[in-house]
Amino acid sequence: MSAAAPAHDHGHGHHDDHAHAHPTGLKRWLFTTNHKDIGTLYLWFSLAMFFMGGTMALLIRAELFKPGLQFLNPEFFNSLTTVHGLVMVFGAIMPAWVGFANWLIPMQIGAADMAFPRMNNWSFYLVVPAAILLVASFFVPGGAAASGWTLYPPLIIQQGIAVDMTILAVHILGASSIMGSINIITTILNLRAPGMTLMKMPLFVWTWLITAYLLIAVMPVLAGAVTMLLTDRHFGTSFFNAAGGGDPTMFMHIFWFFGHPEVYIMILPAFGVVSAIIPAFARKPLFGYASMVYATASIAILSFIVWGHHMFTVGMPAAGNLFFMYATMLIAVPTGVKIFNWIATMWKGSMTFETPMLFSIGFLCLFTIGGFSGLVLAITPVDITLHNTYYVVAHFHYVLVSGALFSIFAGVYFWLPKWTGNMYNEKLGKLHFWLSVIGFNLAFFPQHFLGLAGMPRRIPDYALQFAEWNMWSSIGAFIFGFSQLLFLYNVIECIRSNRKSEQMPWEGADSLEWTHLPTPAPYHTFETAPVIK
Amino acid sequence: MGTDMLRNHLRNAVLAAAALAGSATAHAAYDVDILPPGSPIARQIYDLHWAIIWVCVGIFVVVFGAMFYSVFKHRKAAGAKAAHFHENTTVEVIWTVIPFVILIGMAYPATRTVLEMKDTSNPDLTIKVTAFQWAWQYDYLQDGVKLTSFLATPRAQIEEWERQGEKKNPDYLLEVTQPLVVPAGKKVRLLVTSNDVIHGWYVPQLGVNQYGIPGFVKDTWFKADRPGTYRGQCSQICGKEHGYMPIVVVAKAPDEYAAWVKDQQAKSPVHTAAAAPAGAAAAPAAAEDPNRKWTLDELKAKGGEVYAANCAACHQPTGKGLPPAFPPLDGSKVVNGPKAAQIALELSGKPGTAMASFARLSDSELAAVITYTRNHWGNKTGEAIQPAEVKAARK
Repeated sequence: MSAAAPAHDHGHGHHDDHAHAHPTGLKRWLFTTNHKDIGTLYLWFSLAMFFMGGTMALLIRAELFKPGLQFLNPEFFNSLTTVHGLVMVFGAIMPAWVGFANWLIPMQIGAADMAFPRMNNWSFYLVVPAAILLVASFFVPGGAAASGWTLYPPLIIQQGIAVDMTILAVHILGASSIMGSINIITTILNLRAPGMTLMKMPLFVWTWLITAYLLIAVMPVLAGAVTMLLTDRHFGTSFFNAAGGGDPTMFMHIFWFFGHPEVYIMILPAFGVVSAIIPAFARKPLFGYASMVYATASIAILSFIVWGHHMFTVGMPAAGNLFFMYATMLIAVPTGVKIFNWIATMWKGSMTFETPMLFSIGFLCLFTIGGFSGLVLAITPVDITLHNTYYVVAHFHYVLVSGALFSIFAGVYFWLPKWTGNMYNEKLGKLHFWLSVIGFNLAFFPQHFLGLAGMPRRIPDYALQFAEWNMWSSIGAFIFGFSQLLFLYNVIECIRSNRKSEQMPWEGADSLEWTHLPTPAPYHTFETAPVIK
Repeated sequence: MGTDMLRNHLRNAVLAAAALAGSATAHAAYDVDILPPGSPIARQIYDLHWAIIWVCVGIFVVVFGAMFYSVFKHRKAAGAKAAHFHENTTVEVIWTVIPFVILIGMAYPATRTVLEMKDTSNPDLTIKVTAFQWAWQYDYLQDGVKLTSFLATPRAQIEEWERQGEKKNPDYLLEVTQPLVVPAGKKVRLLVTSNDVIHGWYVPQLGVNQYGIPGFVKDTWFKADRPGTYRGQCSQICGKEHGYMPIVVVAKAPDEYAAWVKDQQAKSPVHTAAAAPAGAAAAPAAAEDPNRKWTLDELKAKGGEVYAANCAACHQPTGKGLPPAFPPLDGSKVVNGPKAAQIALELSGKPGTAMASFARLSDSELAAVITYTRNHWGNKTGEAIQPAEVKAARK
């Protein structure tokens, strides 16, 4: 990824050799305002956090390999589940998408850079201290927050200083996300090349535009919720304490008003990436572009009225349960439209199956399965018997790992040639895909069965009838986890190799970064806007 | 971690692998379905689940069929030439409308079940369920019976950090000191609440999963179809011992239930699980005489049992605690300081910490456990706290 710069330094760049030099070495990365550099920083950061969160996941699965407590004490186990969730959501998936946005949005709309380059730099450098706070919270007295990533009071109120560090981290990440979102919205709305109307933008740009609005809408809500936690902890307020007139249920409502749109924040850009890759490898235009845009917008709007489906067991009135059930079931309609459109795009195409396409088809299959379990969970009475069981764990890993993460892999393999100028090793890419698919399904499919049998989530130890599926799940998790080292190797090997990519490595790619720019993309692009016909 | 510990871990891992190789098929529980329903609501949930699964299977066949047909037929390697269509309004409208219609078909039966689950009217009996870290307390509001239900699995079966655990009971982690006993075939209304953090009273086979929220009372209900034992667990993370907070419901035939209630009322007031084994040794009536003078040894013996059931999970059997969340009692300033302060702390808890009020324990149990902590490990106050002193300190 970082090879974009060497390509320039060594004079391989094509028409970007202006006089004004940019700093090199550490200073280049510290002070950079270049969208490609910042994109690269986000992507490496996200990869580091992915391995951090993954290590925590493997510790969890090691403890759950068999009944009894072998490695971890329960308090530390709870910290691991909590921080694994926070790190993967806020440290791995979200920054990866911001990295993609930085690299791709200006190139795909024909802009020279992001609208606010200095703010862009600051957005990135805020996530670093936040991540340090999260990880360092393991080493303070009392250990890291151990309440699950949802941070429900009153449990969270009982815990130590790590909780304050977590709250501060969430605040900082929220500020970073809001700045990033403002930057992305402004860029998309103001810096499009002449002729690039909204309905001509690549779908990745569309999905990010909608994602950015979601972020601006809900990050302040989360900030409000954790601020109330902070004042409840230290300044004698009782927002969530019944003894002082508050209500713990209110935190859940506020948290999930943030939390459900947050799920779509992680998955909408994935829709954009897959909508770029499937047409490229089917050599056929995306089916139903307009309906894809409308479906994305519908999903975003619906995401604000379904939060109660995380709370069917708190004892809402029947009318509440029914409203949230109906609204949740509605989400299946626009999501279904997207799946059908992707399949219609493949239909009568002329497909090849390089790694990006494999990960996209993997996404399509497994995200659909995550959609099915979502449909099951939408049915309130069924949800009540599966709430907080491993069924739910299986469901959201199907949408977030084989959904968001697989499409991140697909996107990385797809754009690596554009970013680095080099081609990745196709054989190893395919191996990474197959190991990931096998490991992932072995790890998470049995968790549906555990949930149906009534195994609660976030427990360090379990009854004997859960032993067999847990064993297989742990084996799968280790296969999946260790195969990600292959991804790291593939990326580094690609950057360091001399396998120059062709100008157009993918026959069917048709967005501006492929049709109007050299490979690798030079450091500065589109200083003169292209004209789109 | 020390090399000893590492070695133990390695040995455990090898043993586990050997056990797997030998017995993976012997007693495998590869269940893939919702547990058999034990109540009318659970039966409806079971049927709804299968209905939605069949809907999913239908969509699966269509979607995956089309996708894989395309993957095999429309590949470049098979000589496929790309078509160029990219929209078709009719098709798009059809595949928007059909899912919508299917969903309405699913929503109808689901709505009926939701309304039935919420109908807590006309119960045959009402039981208040109070969750606390980490057990359940059951108050039979009509019959005056009071039970506290702790995990019954011994720690020696659970903790394997330093050695192989003891052979695990068949109902490992799903067994309790005192189950919730209910009459089969009767509508039981539960009023669920909590003393400290949010817990979840979850018994899948009865179709109940209800949060207990501190400061609020939420109601739900179930009707066990037939006599039997139904097991569940706390469903909402509630701290360190969240995984060790099982629920057992025993449904008895109505006449057996009536006899059980009589028996409980005769033993009344029964407060805790720990009282049951203690009651077997000493005469229960005498144990609760508030004016009886207890000897130091009697108090220490009873106190050890109360400690194991109520305190050891946090403060540990060694009295060393798990600082900083759970402070040590061995050498503690409170435990070695004035007894009045310790009695007050037990009765009211310490706000802002995990230390809950233990006022639900009886006078003699509190007196015993306080005496025990003040005269065990390195603590040697020599004081015997009498139940009368606790009684005087209440309120």
